[in-house]
Amino acid sequence: MNLLGKLSWSDIPFDQPIIMGASGMVVLGVLLVLGWVTLKGYWPYLWREWLTSVDHKRIGIMYIVLALLMLVRGFIDAIMMRTQQALAAGGAQGYLPPEHFDQIFSAHGTIMIFFVAMPFVIGLMNFAVPLQLGIRDVAFPTLNSVSLWLTASGILLTNISLAIGEFAKTGWVAYPPLSELEFSPGVGVDYYLWALQISGIGTLMTGINFVTTILKTRAPGMGYTRMPVFCWTALASNLLIVAAFPVLTATFAMLLLDRYLGFHFFSVASGGNPMMYVNLFWVWGHPEVYILVLPAFGVFSEVSATFSGKPLFGYRSMVAATMVICILSYTVWLHHFFTMGASANINAFFGITSMIIAVPTGVKIFNWLFTMYGGRIRFAVPVLWTIGFMVSFIFGGLTGVLLALPPVDWQVHNSLFLVAHFHHVIIPGVLFGVIAGYNYWFPKAFGFRLDEAWGKAAFWCWFIGFHLAFMPLYVVGLMGMTRRMQHYDVLAWRPWLLVAEAGAIVVLAGIVCQITQLVVSFRARAQLRDVTGDPWDGRTLEWSTASPPPAWNYAVLPRVTERDAFWANKKLARAKRAQPARSPEYKPIEMPENSATGFITAFFAVVTGFALIWHIWWMAILGALGAFVTLLVFAFRDRDEFEVPVATLAEFDRSQRGTP
Amino acid sequence: MTELRLDRAPGDASAPVEFEAPPGLLIYTIGLGLAVLLTATSFWVANTSLLWGPGVSIGLIVLAIAQMGVHLVFFLHITTGPDNTNNVLALAFGLLIVLLVLAGSLWIMKDLDANMMLSPELMHPHMQN
Amino acid sequence: MSVAVAERAIDEVAFVPASEAGPAPKRIVVAYGFWIFLLSDIVMFSALFAAYAVLKRATAGGPTGAQLFNQVSVALETAFLLASSYTCGLMSLAIRSRSHVATYWGGAVTFVLGAAFLGLEIREFANMIAQGATPQRSAFLSAFFALVGCHGLHVTGGLIWLIVMMAQVAVMGFRTRVQLRLMCFSLFWHTLDIIWVGIFSVVYLMAVAP
Repeated sequence: MNLLGKLSWSDIPFDQPIIMGASGMVVLGVLLVLGWVTLKGYWPYLWREWLTSVDHKRIGIMYIVLALLMLVRGFIDAIMMRTQQALAAGGAQGYLPPEHFDQIFSAHGTIMIFFVAMPFVIGLMNFAVPLQLGIRDVAFPTLNSVSLWLTASGILLTNISLAIGEFAKTGWVAYPPLSELEFSPGVGVDYYLWALQISGIGTLMTGINFVTTILKTRAPGMGYTRMPVFCWTALASNLLIVAAFPVLTATFAMLLLDRYLGFHFFSVASGGNPMMYVNLFWVWGHPEVYILVLPAFGVFSEVSATFSGKPLFGYRSMVAATMVICILSYTVWLHHFFTMGASANINAFFGITSMIIAVPTGVKIFNWLFTMYGGRIRFAVPVLWTIGFMVSFIFGGLTGVLLALPPVDWQVHNSLFLVAHFHHVIIPGVLFGVIAGYNYWFPKAFGFRLDEAWGKAAFWCWFIGFHLAFMPLYVVGLMGMTRRMQHYDVLAWRPWLLVAEAGAIVVLAGIVCQITQLVVSFRARAQLRDVTGDPWDGRTLEWSTASPPPAWNYAVLPRVTERDAFWANKKLARAKRAQPARSPEYKPIEMPENSATGFITAFFAVVTGFALIWHIWWMAILGALGAFVTLLVFAFRDRDEFEVPVATLAEFDRSQRGTP
Repeated sequence: MTELRLDRAPGDASAPVEFEAPPGLLIYTIGLGLAVLLTATSFWVANTSLLWGPGVSIGLIVLAIAQMGVHLVFFLHITTGPDNTNNVLALAFGLLIVLLVLAGSLWIMKDLDANMMLSPELMHPHMQN
Repeated sequence: MSVAVAERAIDEVAFVPASEAGPAPKRIVVAYGFWIFLLSDIVMFSALFAAYAVLKRATAGGPTGAQLFNQVSVALETAFLLASSYTCGLMSLAIRSRSHVATYWGGAVTFVLGAAFLGLEIREFANMIAQGATPQRSAFLSAFFALVGCHGLHVTGGLIWLIVMMAQVAVMGFRTRVQLRLMCFSLFWHTLDIIWVGIFSVVYLMAVAP
């Protein structure tokens, strides 16, 4: 028996220069970072303050770091595809052979959905929700850390597939029979499945954590109608996580059983039904896009209210619309496979539900517009992203309503029209939202603002680049171009694809602007410092804390009496300006202990996942045992919490008040 | 002044301020008795020839749901009291999702089968010479 | 407390709705979180149930449920699991009264009954495989083994958890943390029985019904 299962030296693609180059750069980058950390002696700090942290703020920041890194990788995949399609017309073959191109579009989708959008959204929710709820942390802080690191495990496994083995060539949805062992005998689909199963567990834990936090641990006085809208959207999103991810887990488990143990869930020969995979996948898949977009909508609600200097218009209808979208998102999934054999009755039913779900979204758009109407709008960077969203997303959504009509969908399903549609909703919807949130909450997280000029440049590059890159795809889709084409013979498509390539380059400029913004802001952080904790004249509670907040967020939990609690407090404070501030009654606070459980469990998860992919059974067993032992060590640990004494609390508050 | 909290953990029997709570042992025993009864009835329904054929499936499902209810009430202490609202709402949400997944999937897959029905020769290729 | 005294006590407290009372006590938070997890687990089982329901006639010329399932075995398994749910309830009462001995007894009996269930199920699977009714034989059998096997894996996990919990009681006593975990365990164990009700009704009894 081979000690290393299926693994051998030939699994490193030495004969593929592009992949070797990419892997080489990644490995070099990782080694450089690790080396720099070691040389500077930062390991103890890193371990103590970040890797074993159970602080939701730190965890949120780490999620977003992962998301930004994977955005670069996912975007490189995108520009490689655009370039290939710009080149490979008629006689030309481009530079990417089909086997490589297939892995790129599969990796692009998988990375963007699971390892960019999800971590970004979850990171923002992690950072902001406990602060907005007026509490100190989420309900289960150590579990939160486990979630983060399991997501990182999935990311690591996916990136390992670049250098060792291959990735799936099935598209990011991995339909059988193509994803079955017979037609995908390599390890690519296994990398996909195990990476997503592992990070899926982390995501499910996040869902449980936030539903419990939002429903059971809000600050005193914060009834449901006094909660910020971002928290409502976070609640809806996490309810959907809890409702949808288990279905994905089961579906992937079935495919894994088919591939590893010869089961017949989806193989036709022994009675299996590949359409059942399609059905169950999209039972998860549609709620997933709402998991992503609802918190983005929440960001837009916060930003539009704050920068218009007005309360959000129609709070109750906003909340109602959010919860209606939450429920309805679970009733539309068949629209992803209108063309795959269902009768007119079923198609009509799901077509109608798909159209209905546009209504509450429309309600939200009107509410945002009415929030801004009559307000004194400050055109800060988050507002630009918000307006960019409103202007673009409407049209993307409208193409969605168009696609909801089965006869229309039959014409353009799986064409570039579809690709244009979903990018038209995800990029202005989710991506613009998370970038707005990133710019909005950055000062709170790090104590200094991001550079405005570079932020605006980034926005315009993204806005213009996005439209240049995707509007031609509608045209070329209507002209008949199918998605995922490595090469095509219809030369009439080429000019449009060249425009799309130009658009991708403009987006690249946007990403460069964002990186520059970060570097410039860091170097100018003294000038950009946020001394008051309230750089935007905010309305919600997170702006009442210092920037960055202390580990315990609030020395004394706020007592909330109305919506937009901080705004109300500020009005009250201005009215009572003459009276001296009373020193709050401090009590010692119990804070959760740091824990290495998350990091170490994730390490064993990577070992187990890698071992399962390559059929190294002894390693898989050891890895699973390691994870179990880590759990036991955590279960038997002596101290759960440590006490923050009153003196520390008072000292921190005093230092904040003393700052000019 | 104490604050009365109208909130209860799932799985917790009612809070100490309960005036007429029957002892826990009685609750569990009643639950066990009902569950045994429902289980026995299910087995009878599945084996008897007294019931109309298609009714058997429905009967089994109804009995299963009833027994799940018995478990929820007697073992998990889920009630409709005001201190249980969040727990019941969560359960209702979960049940809605389960219903949508089961009913939706079954409807779709049956429809696909019917709509994509192959002609008999193509359906059973292994039966051809 | 008599009814009259209790009523007066309620009049004297400040009525604050639970939604405005601030963060809930740890017991409620932990149990609610675990409840949400259990609901997510039930959703996962429903996906497996859906797959089973779709594939249950796809026997590919192989054996059907009616031919394979042994009602006596199923009845015994049901009895064992139900009884273990009951003894788990008794264990919960023992934990509430902080009695070490009663807790260990409750845990031990629950474990034995659960292990008996598992033993019978493993034997059933082994018999089926010996007859050639392997999960690789047909889609129906794949779906059966996955659904019932997944439940069996959960039971196995539960038994391991129970042992760890008994160890925790021995080492750490009835600390709050331990009590909360025991509460989560009993929620888990009862839920497994609820899922089994679904399994024996939909998988076994519907297959053997005329």
